[in-house]
Formats: sequence, C-alpha cells, structure tokens
Amino acid sequence: MNVLAQLLLVLLASPLVLGVINRTKARVAGRRGQPLLQAYFDLLKLLRKRTVLSTTTTWVFLAGPAVAVVVPILASLLVPLAGPRAPVAFTGDLILFIYLFALARFLTTTAALDTGSAFEGMGAAREVTFAALAEPALFFGMLALARISGSLSLSSMLTVGGAGWHRASAALVLVIASWFIVLLAENSRLPFDDPNTHLELTMIHEVMVLDHSGPAFGLILYGSALKLFVFSSLVARLLLPRGGSPLIDAAALLAVVLLIAIVIGLVESGMARLRLVRIPQLLITATLAAGFAAVLVLR
Amino acid sequence: MSATLVLAGIVLCAISGLPALAHRRAMLLAAPLIIAGAIAGLAGCALGLFAAPAIVNFPWPVPGGAFQVRLDALSAFFAAPVFLLAGAGGLYAERYWPATRGGAASVRMFFGIMTAALVLMIAAANTILFVVTWEIVAVTAFLLVATEHELPETRRAAWIYLVSSHVATLALFAVVVLMHAATGTWTFAPIPSSSARAVLWLALIAFGIKAGLMPFHIWLPGAHASAPSHVSAVMSGVVIKMGIYGLVRVLSLIDGAPSSFGVTLLLAGIASSIFGVAFALAQHDLKRLLAYHSIENIGIIVTGLGIGLVAQSHNMPSIALLGYAGALLHVWNHSLFKSLLFLSGGAAIHAVHTREMDRMGGLARRMPATAAAFLAGAAAITGLPPLNGFISEWLLYLAGFAAITRPAAAAPVLLLILVVPALALTGALALACFVKAFGTVFLGVPRSEVVAHAHEVPPSMRAAMAPLLFACVFIGLAPAAVAPLLGRALQIAAPRVAGAANLTDLLQPIQTAAVIVAGVCAIAVVLLLAATRGARRAVTWDCGYNEPTARMQYTSSSFARGLVAFFGWAMPAEVHGPRAFELFPGAAKFESHVPDTVLERALLPSLSRGERLLGYARAIQSGRVQLYLLYVVLTLLALLAWSAQ
Amino acid sequence: MPPIADSILILLLLMNFFILGTANLRAAIRAVALQGLLLSLLPLFVESTLTFRLVALVGATALIKGMVIPALLLKALRDVHIRHEVEPYLGFVPSLFLCGVGTALALLFADSLPLAPAERASLFVPASLATLLAGFLVLTTRRKAISQVTGYLVLENGIYVFGLLLYQAMVVEVGVLLDLLVGIFIMGIVLNHIQREFSSVDTERLSRLRE
Repeated sequence: MNVLAQLLLVLLASPLVLGVINRTKARVAGRRGQPLLQAYFDLLKLLRKRTVLSTTTTWVFLAGPAVAVVVPILASLLVPLAGPRAPVAFTGDLILFIYLFALARFLTTTAALDTGSAFEGMGAAREVTFAALAEPALFFGMLALARISGSLSLSSMLTVGGAGWHRASAALVLVIASWFIVLLAENSRLPFDDPNTHLELTMIHEVMVLDHSGPAFGLILYGSALKLFVFSSLVARLLLPRGGSPLIDAAALLAVVLLIAIVIGLVESGMARLRLVRIPQLLITATLAAGFAAVLVLR
Repeated sequence: MSATLVLAGIVLCAISGLPALAHRRAMLLAAPLIIAGAIAGLAGCALGLFAAPAIVNFPWPVPGGAFQVRLDALSAFFAAPVFLLAGAGGLYAERYWPATRGGAASVRMFFGIMTAALVLMIAAANTILFVVTWEIVAVTAFLLVATEHELPETRRAAWIYLVSSHVATLALFAVVVLMHAATGTWTFAPIPSSSARAVLWLALIAFGIKAGLMPFHIWLPGAHASAPSHVSAVMSGVVIKMGIYGLVRVLSLIDGAPSSFGVTLLLAGIASSIFGVAFALAQHDLKRLLAYHSIENIGIIVTGLGIGLVAQSHNMPSIALLGYAGALLHVWNHSLFKSLLFLSGGAAIHAVHTREMDRMGGLARRMPATAAAFLAGAAAITGLPPLNGFISEWLLYLAGFAAITRPAAAAPVLLLILVVPALALTGALALACFVKAFGTVFLGVPRSEVVAHAHEVPPSMRAAMAPLLFACVFIGLAPAAVAPLLGRALQIAAPRVAGAANLTDLLQPIQTAAVIVAGVCAIAVVLLLAATRGARRAVTWDCGYNEPTARMQYTSSSFARGLVAFFGWAMPAEVHGPRAFELFPGAAKFESHVPDTVLERALLPSLSRGERLLGYARAIQSGRVQLYLLYVVLTLLALLAWSAQ
Repeated sequence: MPPIADSILILLLLMNFFILGTANLRAAIRAVALQGLLLSLLPLFVESTLTFRLVALVGATALIKGMVIPALLLKALRDVHIRHEVEPYLGFVPSLFLCGVGTALALLFADSLPLAPAERASLFVPASLATLLAGFLVLTTRRKAISQVTGYLVLENGIYVFGLLLYQAMVVEVGVLLDLLVGIFIMGIVLNHIQREFSSVDTERLSRLRE
C-alpha cells in the first residue's frame, strides 16, 4: 500500500514541479506564464508524435531515455517519501541511490555521443565534467548524515528530523545548501545550464537531447522531471521532522517540494548562467561545504 | 584432487605453445590445449576453494628450494581468474594472431608458459620456487610485450618493463631472504612482528612495482599498450594481481601489521586510483587508456587492503572485513572486466589497424557484438549497478561509511572516511573516461577512412569474450552466491577478522536490488526499441545543421579537456600548436599529448642528470695500462707505509 | 751475510738506475738480462753448503734469465719493426730522481717493517723493495709495450731477491721462474697481435679498447 502511494506521488506530481518553476520565473519577470499543468500537456503531445531517428544512431540512443525514466522511479523507492521508512531500505542503499543516477548519466551521455554531432558531444563532455565535481559533494553530505543518524540506510539518514536539527543544525544547514547546489547542477538549472535556450553557449542537458523526438523525447522530459522531484525530495525530507501518518507526511513533503521549486524559480530568475570556468569553482565550493559539515559532526 | 587438477591445468597450459615450434599446422593445437588446461584448472580451483589445503611435492635439487605446491583457498581464489583468462586469451589468439602472422609461434609458446608459471607461483609453498616462477613470468611477459619489436615504441616499452620488473625482483630477493632470517625456513611461515617492518616495506616495493601502484607504475602504460591484445588482457587481468597476491600473502603471515603501513597502503591506493583515472582521461591511445585504468583499479584494491589493515590495528574487525572483502572481490572483478575490455577493444583495434581513438568512430554499426561487449565492460569498470564493479566498490564505500558511524576516531580512522569521496571522484572520472572511450571508438560517424574496411570479428574471438561477460553479469546479479567463496579466501588472508560479519546477509539486499534494476531497465529498453521500430531515418538534426561532417564530432582529447585541465597541475600537457594568429591565418597544425609525469618529467630527467654526474667518475677508467699500474703502485706504497708505522 | 752477496745487491741497485736511464731498448733488455744473471748466481754465495740440486737450479735459472728470455725479447723486437727508442711519459731525469728517492726511502725504512730480527741487518729487503719500485716506475712511465715487459722483468727480479730470504727451499724461486718464462712467451705473442691490430705497439692505442 505504501509502495503504491509513494509511486503514484512520484509519477503524478513530478511534472507539476516543472510547472511551478516556470510559473515562478514568469511571475517574477512580470508575465502571466504557462499553465501549471503545461508539462503534462507537453508530455501527452509528444507521446502522440512520431519518432525520427538519425542514420548514425544505434540501440544505445534509445537506451538513454528508457533508463533515464526508469532510474528516478527506482531511486524514489529508496527515499522515505510517505512515512518514516522507504519501501526499500537496507544497509548501504544510499550508495545504490547515487550510483543509479550514475547509470542513467552513463547511458544518456553515451546516447548523446551516438548521434555523431558536435553539439551533443559538447553537452556530454560538460555533463560528465560537472558531474565528476558534484559527486564528492553528495557523498560528503551522506557522510555527515550517516554520522548524525548513526545509520547507513537512507530511510534513517534522511529522517533525522527534529532531533537531528537540535544536535547538528550547522552541519545540516551546510548539507542542505551544498545539496541544493548539486540539485541545480544535476538537473540542468541555472546557474549551471539554461533549460530554456538552445544556444551552444548555455546548454548542457538541453543539447544532449537535440536529436530525440516523439515519445523518446517525452520520456526524456518526464525523466528529468522525475529526477528533479527525487532530488528535491531529498532536500525536503531533511527539512521536515519525522512524520506521523503516511498521508500527512506525503502531503507535507509535496508542499515542501513545491516550495523548493519556487525557490529554484527565484534563483533562476535572479541569476544568469555562470561562465563555464566558474562552474567548477561553485561545485568545489559545494563539496567543501559538505566536507566541512562532515568535519563538524566528527567532533 | 584439487591440486592434481590444478597441476594438470598448469602442465596443459605450459605445453600448449610447444606444438607451434614443431610445425605451423601444429599451431592449431595451441587453443584446444590451453582451453583444456583452463577447464581443468578452474575445476581444480573450484574444489580448492572449499577443500582443505592440498599439498603436492616434487623432487628438486635446488639448495633450500622444494618444489612444493600448496593449494589453499587463497591460492585457488587468485588462480581461478588466471585459468579463465588463459583459456579466453588462447581462444582469442587463434584468429587474432593467426599462424600466418609473424611471431605467432613465440606468442603461443610464451603465453602458455607465462600463464602456467603464474599459477605455479600462486600455488608455490616454497619461497625459492616463488622467486623462480616470478622470474619466469617476468621474462616471458617481457618477451610477449616485445612481440612487435620492429616498432621502436614497443622496444622502449619492453625495455622499461624489463628494468622495472627486475628492480622488483631485487626487492623480492631481499624479502625472501629476510623472511628466511626471521622464520628459519624457506616457506611461507608466520613472521614474528620484530622483523615484520623491514619485510613489509620491502614487500611494498617489490609487489608495488609488479602491481603497478603509483609511483611505481611507469612501466605499465607502455607495456600493456604495446603487447598483443590478449596478452594485455592477461597482463592487466592477472599478472599485476601477482603483486596483490604477494602483498596479501605476506600480510597474512604477519599478525598485526603496524598501522603506519596500513596508512601508507591507503594513501598510495587513493593516489593511484585518482591519478590513474586522471591520466587515463588524457590518453588518446585506446590501449594506454585501458592500461591507466588498470592502475586505477589496483589503487582501489590497495585502498581496500589499507582499510583492512588500519581498521584491524584499531580494533574494528567488521570494517576490516569489508575492506579486505572489497579488495579481494575487486581482484576478481577487475580481472573480468578489464580483460573483457582489452579483448573487445583489441578486436576493434584489429579491425581498423590503429590504436588511435581519434581515427575510429562508428564501429558499433559494423561490429555490434564487440560494441556490446565493450559497453558492458565499460559499465562494469565504472562501477555501475547491476554489474560486478558496483559490488566491490559498494563494499569499500560501506567500510568508509561504517567508519564514520563509530564514536571514537583516531587519526588513521579519519583517513578511512576519506576513502568515500576519493572513490566517488574516481568513479565519476572513470565514467567520464569510458563514455569518452566508448563514444569515440564505437559511436558516431567514422572519423577516418580506416574504418571503412572494418568488419565484425570471427566467432571464436567473440566466443572468447562471452565467458568474461557472463561472469561480470553473474557476479553483479548474484553477489550473495559469490560471498562464500570470498569468505573462504578471507579466512586465510585475514584470519582474525574473517568471521566479523556475514557477507552473504549483507549482500542479499543488493542482489535483489540489482536483479530488479537489471530487469526493469532491460524491459524499458526493449519496450522503447519495439515502440520505435520502423521509425523514419534521417540525417542527424543537430539543431538544423545541413551538412554535418565527421570532423565536427568531439574527439577524445576535446571530450576530456575540461577534466584534464582540472588536473593540469599533476599532468602538464605538451602542446604543439600555432602561437600567434595573423589577420588571415594560413593552414596550421595543433597537437597535444600528455606524457606520463612520473616517467617523463621526474624519473628520466633525474636519471640523465645522475648519469652526467657519474660520468665525471669515468675519468678513472682511462684505458691506459700505465695508469692502472700506477694505481697498483700507490696502493702498495700506502700498504707499506701503513704497516711501517 | 757474505760481502759478495752485498756487492751483488748494490750492483743490482745500480743497474736499476741504468735501466731507467737508458734510451735504447736493446740496452735496456741486455741490462735486465745481466741483472737476472747476477741474481741467479746469488744463492751460490748465500748458501753455506753447495748441493748438486742447488747448482743445477742456479744453472737453469742463469740460463733462462740470462739467455732465453733476452733472446725471446730481442727476437720480438726485431719482428715488430719499431724504432728502438724508449718513449717515456716521464722524462729521464725525473725517473732517475724518483728511483733514487725510492731507493733511499727503502734503505731508510726497511727495518721499520715487521721482519724477523735475523734479516734486519742485511740488504736483501731494501734491495728488493727498491727494485720493485724501479720495476713499477718502468711499467707506469713507459709507452711501448716492450718497455713494459722490461719493467715486468725488473719487478720479477725484485721479488726474486725477496724470495731468497726463504733460501732454504728455493721452491718459490722455481715457481716464479716458470711463471716468468710462460709470461714472456705469451707477451711475445700478444705483442705481435697488438702490432698487427694497431700497426703500432704504442700502448696509447690500447685505450681505444676502453669502451
């Protein structure tokens, strides 16, 4: 029962996050903006279209979107979204969580190189470079949470809740700030990547998917929404106290996720994309912040 | 029984190459012989893992030596991949280096002898036998590396390999002699802690050079790149594991190694893994890239051993077990996926006759099976679930995380925690590197005309890759089944901590998760492929470019440029390109190359400086008889004066 | 010590000077031959009893040292077709000076060596040391290979004198003599080969074999 509710939450609510971000950006810019449910309409539209494939591509090209959709769903099973325990929890599941996303990244970047075009190669090169710098930040944060919670399972680590905030508030703040930056980097949000433009200067993720069309493109869109939802729920779970009944927990989580979406929208409206040489510096800052958090909890 | 089977395997492998010397037609016997040897050996190892240690003695007139073969679980554990790779390599060589190609007989002969000597070394119970077989492996490996000795770079690589290998042998002599002095026997007997220190540090040099641990790795990239591909597979897969076997065996004889040694292993392992993969990113030669990844993975294994030692000396047996288990499992995993990569990469190189990645491209359409094998190997080496690389890295991560949940923390324990971000960085860099490798070689459009004649390799070469691929997938999907084998080997490698945790229970959830992930991903991919079957094909859209050419694709160097620049302080690049541009620049050429920092920028310059300094002493040897006689006179006068006082 | 033995030893020392000072190869070889002849007669004056064995040995030694070896050397000199001039690194005057200094030092400090008391008063030890030094001097300062052979012979004479201290047995002398003979023989062959290889017996050229 729990599993089903959680899956439904993830599957249905993810495109809403995209809508909230876009609406926030529009409102800040003085426009009315797209409908909140625009992403759903886009997905349905794309599912109806036909696919055109490049002559250069092989089966790897389609493996990318397929796995990009499946991985966030599987990863969400490891996160305690509704209730104090995730549907799947065991010692060391946090490593599986992070490496599932690495699997998705591997296949999407390989799929991008499959087209043999200059743009996709560029996007793939940037993607793997920035991910290499963002991974240690995630792990440092996990180290800090492992220390605070004394457990090696995501369910316990993320639900440090009220008690955790009492004991190690400074460390938790650092972890949340660092993970927020990683969230922006991994999900191709400003200031790392501009999801709206299609210019070579500003693209990382957008450019990797230039050649996808029809349902495959829809899957990519959906997959990125799912990934954004899962990452936001990581941060949201840390902000929330340990829940009571699953339903209230899920509703609270959704509310905080949407709040995070608004914050993302505000950040995107306030900043331009960073120069490429500054991005490694920002990611290293995030790594250092999380590292500092780990050091703080060791004392 | 197990020892007999393993000995039969050794003999069959050793003689597999001999018929080739007799007659060219007889070369066909090589592959069946070595495959038979491999099967016999694997059966023997499987039995040996679960049975009591089996001992076989043969008479041997060498003083102090005894031809005593002892197959315990640790030896069986290390010998199993040797047999598997020998069989796969032998089958691969059948069509890869056919009888018509120059040097085919010597390749088969030395390959068989090398693998046989390797297993004998792993199973040797007497240290002199160990040293003798070690030398045999070193020399045959040198001869195999120098197979294409008409190329100057091969000669250079073989020479550096020979020199490094014999520096290691020198240190090994010292180790064996010290062991004899400490224990009084020429066998692997427990060493008392008082003499353990010297033995350990010398062993680190001897086995570190052999394993390719930084900064002793200087011979590895050249040797593994210049050797024939199936030889590179065996060298990367099992010959460097000789070094790990030696370290593990020596450590198992010492009860309580000093914590400083564990810390050294840990730091060396972390440095090797990070810099190994950073150097790999900078390579544009496919085999050199794979060779640097071997350095990275040896670093990961040594990190695991370091974790085990540090945790053991600080009384944390469960963490120590995780470290040792991860290291030992990674020994198997690396043998499997690295050899798979060398065999499939070698097939691609064989098809296009060049090792330069920037001249390949689009090979997946022409060699689909090879591409799939390489993709699987790449996913495995990056440590992605649901394949085997993930399992061993998972164990090491768990050790690092477990260390931080402990209340008290001494300084070395804090180092254990550093393992986590180090492994994370290594894994992410490895992902970048293999996306680059797979994408540049197999995907996209062909970058040069050498690809035009490429075609899929013969079935025997594909069949050689199959058991390796199967093993990678099996260990990834069923790690709990492998856990008992690990446990048996651990009982000998680290007897104090072997029972600290139940590996099978620990790995069970991962096993279930891996199966689910594999199943769901496979179904998703198949569904999507089926849904888009019959889709219209058009030129790559690429944001509306009308005329995409092959030259517009990213090359291997451009793909890795960002990360290579990030590590520029450790590996400065040699760039030859136009300096200044005029208003209407003409044709220009740009070339960049990243040499091995330790070899080209540290070792060789210091060696030539030393040679120049020592050259001043050459004046003593003038070649004139009179001067030599004068030396005699002066010595005589000095002695007379001394005795006259 | 009978005075005639002492005279012979003094004569030996003087001949060292002559060998070092002469510029003619043939003269040097003849001088070494005379030195050897005199020394081979020495046991006759040292021994108290004259046995047949002693006389036979002395005769054989005198024959070989005084006749056979010089004949071999002179023959080699003829075959090799070189200029019969000694070519030294060190000038004649400095060589003589060094020989003089060496002889003086040997005379002065010979008794501070750890010797049996009976020998201390005699001239044997300083004479032998001085001859050794003279021999080495010839060896190190002469360029031509044949000169080196003469130096070797002088060296052997010095050792012979020292060996006479053990005059009871004379086994040492016989052994040394045999080695000497074989050595000269081989040197003749080697000289020929050097001449053929380098068209010269200048030992300078041998330094080319260094690498």
